[in-house]
Amino acid sequence: MTPAEPSAVLLRLCDASGCRAAGATALAGALAAGLEGLTSGGPPPRLKPVGCLRLCSRGPLLAVDRDGISTLYGGLSPAQMPALLALACGRGEPAPIRSAALAGHVVDHRQPFFALQRPLVLETCGCVDPTDLDDALAHGAYRQLQRLLATATPAQVRAEVRRSGLRGRGGAGYPTGLKWETVALQPPGPRLVVANGDEGDPGAFMDRSILEGDPHRLIEGLAIAAYAVGARQGYIYVRAEYPLAIARLRRALDQVRDRGLLAGTGAGSFAFTPELRVGAGAYVCGEETALLASIAGGRGIPRQRPPFPAQEGLGGCPTLINNIETLAALPALLRMGGDAHAAIGPPTCPGTKVFSISGAVVHTGLVEVPMGTSLRTVVLTMAGGVPDGTGSDGGIKAVQTGGPSGGCLPASLLDTGIDYDVLRVLGSSLGSGGLVVLDHRCAMPELARQFMAFCAGESCGKCVPCRAGTVQLADLLDQLVQGRASAADLERLVQLAEVVQRTSLCGLGQTAPNPLFSTLRHFRGDYLERLQPLAPWQS
Amino acid sequence: MAVVTLHVDGMAVAVPAGAPLLQALTAAGVTLPTLCHHPRLSPVAACRLCLVELEGAPRPVPACVTAAAEGQRLATDTPALRQGRRLIVELLFAEGNHPCAVCVADGDCELQDAAQRVGMDRVTVPYRHPPRQVDASHPLFLLDHHRCILCSRCVRVCDEIEGAHVWAMAERGGRTRLIAGLDQPWGAVDSCTSCGKCVAVCPTGALVTREDVPLSPWPGP
Repeated sequence: MTPAEPSAVLLRLCDASGCRAAGATALAGALAAGLEGLTSGGPPPRLKPVGCLRLCSRGPLLAVDRDGISTLYGGLSPAQMPALLALACGRGEPAPIRSAALAGHVVDHRQPFFALQRPLVLETCGCVDPTDLDDALAHGAYRQLQRLLATATPAQVRAEVRRSGLRGRGGAGYPTGLKWETVALQPPGPRLVVANGDEGDPGAFMDRSILEGDPHRLIEGLAIAAYAVGARQGYIYVRAEYPLAIARLRRALDQVRDRGLLAGTGAGSFAFTPELRVGAGAYVCGEETALLASIAGGRGIPRQRPPFPAQEGLGGCPTLINNIETLAALPALLRMGGDAHAAIGPPTCPGTKVFSISGAVVHTGLVEVPMGTSLRTVVLTMAGGVPDGTGSDGGIKAVQTGGPSGGCLPASLLDTGIDYDVLRVLGSSLGSGGLVVLDHRCAMPELARQFMAFCAGESCGKCVPCRAGTVQLADLLDQLVQGRASAADLERLVQLAEVVQRTSLCGLGQTAPNPLFSTLRHFRGDYLERLQPLAPWQS
Repeated sequence: MAVVTLHVDGMAVAVPAGAPLLQALTAAGVTLPTLCHHPRLSPVAACRLCLVELEGAPRPVPACVTAAAEGQRLATDTPALRQGRRLIVELLFAEGNHPCAVCVADGDCELQDAAQRVGMDRVTVPYRHPPRQVDASHPLFLLDHHRCILCSRCVRVCDEIEGAHVWAMAERGGRTRLIAGLDQPWGAVDSCTSCGKCVAVCPTGALVTREDVPLSPWPGP
């Protein structure tokens, strides 16, 4: 966190969706009223709305920066604002600011949840005012874009990203540099870039936090990608369920357009015009071909690949589609250089990853850690494990990763370092970065049923195995959960799930059985105990 | 025109480069059941019955949209493909209401043919018996949603050939249904030219000519 200039007190209020839900708006009102009534001399404290301050479970969060020291408060109510302001502006008593009335609300920012974070994507999220371009510029926004436009050719930018080892953060983990190269090396003609912000996995809120906290970072990343692949036009696709992110992004886009920040002359003249596209409530639009159909104004339905969007995308043009987090990682990556980025985390999967932690843990919220950090570090050391959990695994039964296309890892695998390849081998997937922690009250068949029902509801209805198969699978899991299924039914369930996985058209159907398969693999007992007992003549 | 050679179940065949694999299958004398495919319409790869195994590909590929390339090796009749095809046809029978014995399309139905082709002697997934509607508002034709398998041939023929855009899909997943106009009764859709192309391409008895159906005469608008 950047400390404010000495003597001026800065109040950074988390104004992201999570803290708003916890009452940040009322807090902002009370603070503004309190500041108006302030009569003491000296520079008046400044209230600054910022993006996610990470520890969502203690929201609404307020950071008070004074004399170079930052104190974080959580769970404040409007009634406590006068006491807080008196402390924040009071003369004499130096920071850290504490008082009996607020003691229980001070959040220790030396605890592992904060101390083990390695913010790159989120480096300015929580410091910068997401509605203020000048503040973003003061924090370094668009500096990398301007530098690259002036000094590097598109091929050099691509080479740098290739060297960095960055892999797509949307879930598949495809090498970003390779994808860029594929788009850039298509036959001459127009190209397009698209930022995929259709973050739909239950328990995932990384992209939302980036968009709400630091929209200019995404726009800069997208412009860099556009420059690198030779695109002059681009789209940012955000799901309609993120109204605050959309509003802030829209404002940010207007700001950069008015200032002409996305253009430059130098190694190559460049002018980039991104547009915002808002989804219409379909999970499947996170799939890239469905996303393109939706941007084009059609029904959000996937089509068979190949041809891949990198070959034939919007209007038949080569189209680069990157996830929000991938693009937002670029400014920091290019500032430190590809080699320095490649040195973070495991060599096959370098960089940092943002995770959103929810479920049965003490601390829920947003963390950014190096790839390869163990699950144990993230969900036990940082997030604190299950409240009142005991034992070496902190009461954790499993960690759900990757949403409806991912799976569950049992507590025995907590020492696994998180990266795309390792999790895939273990039958789960990293997905976009949602981690839902499950305690021993969670029955795995019910979890699998929940996710299957989700996929059945979100199937687009185009291909038969996904449309009709997920419905049948959800019903079979219903029966199993209710104890009305036999061993033969379980076998049938697996058979059908294999066919759905093998024959479905797009990733939604192909991965819909993953939660079922991974829970069957690691928690078979949970399933067997639900089966109907065999009749005497069957045994 | 470049010609490529590839192997279908071990048999070498030559087809134009980039032609859909279905053409190579035909050249090899292999016919697979297809339901969404129609030679005059754009392919959508939705029914997944023409999936074949392509050496080197991570999963089966639909022959209707995959381009033929030099040296490809295809397998069209493996146990996994057979199991998948049969289960997909079963899913279709269970998803709608398909009582062949009393259907106007009995004996002239591609779904029925597909069932015979994949050896579907019974349906092993539970029938869902969905409550669906019949749209008898058009003076010449009839739409029976019970028999619709959502192959979208009618949508495409009306869009790509007739240019009237009468048909579309509404909702999603298991609730997906065919709609006329802006979800209106078919007879109330002004853009319909009553050309009958949708009826001609319908693989089942979902879209039929009224005179084929033992039904009281059209009551008029």
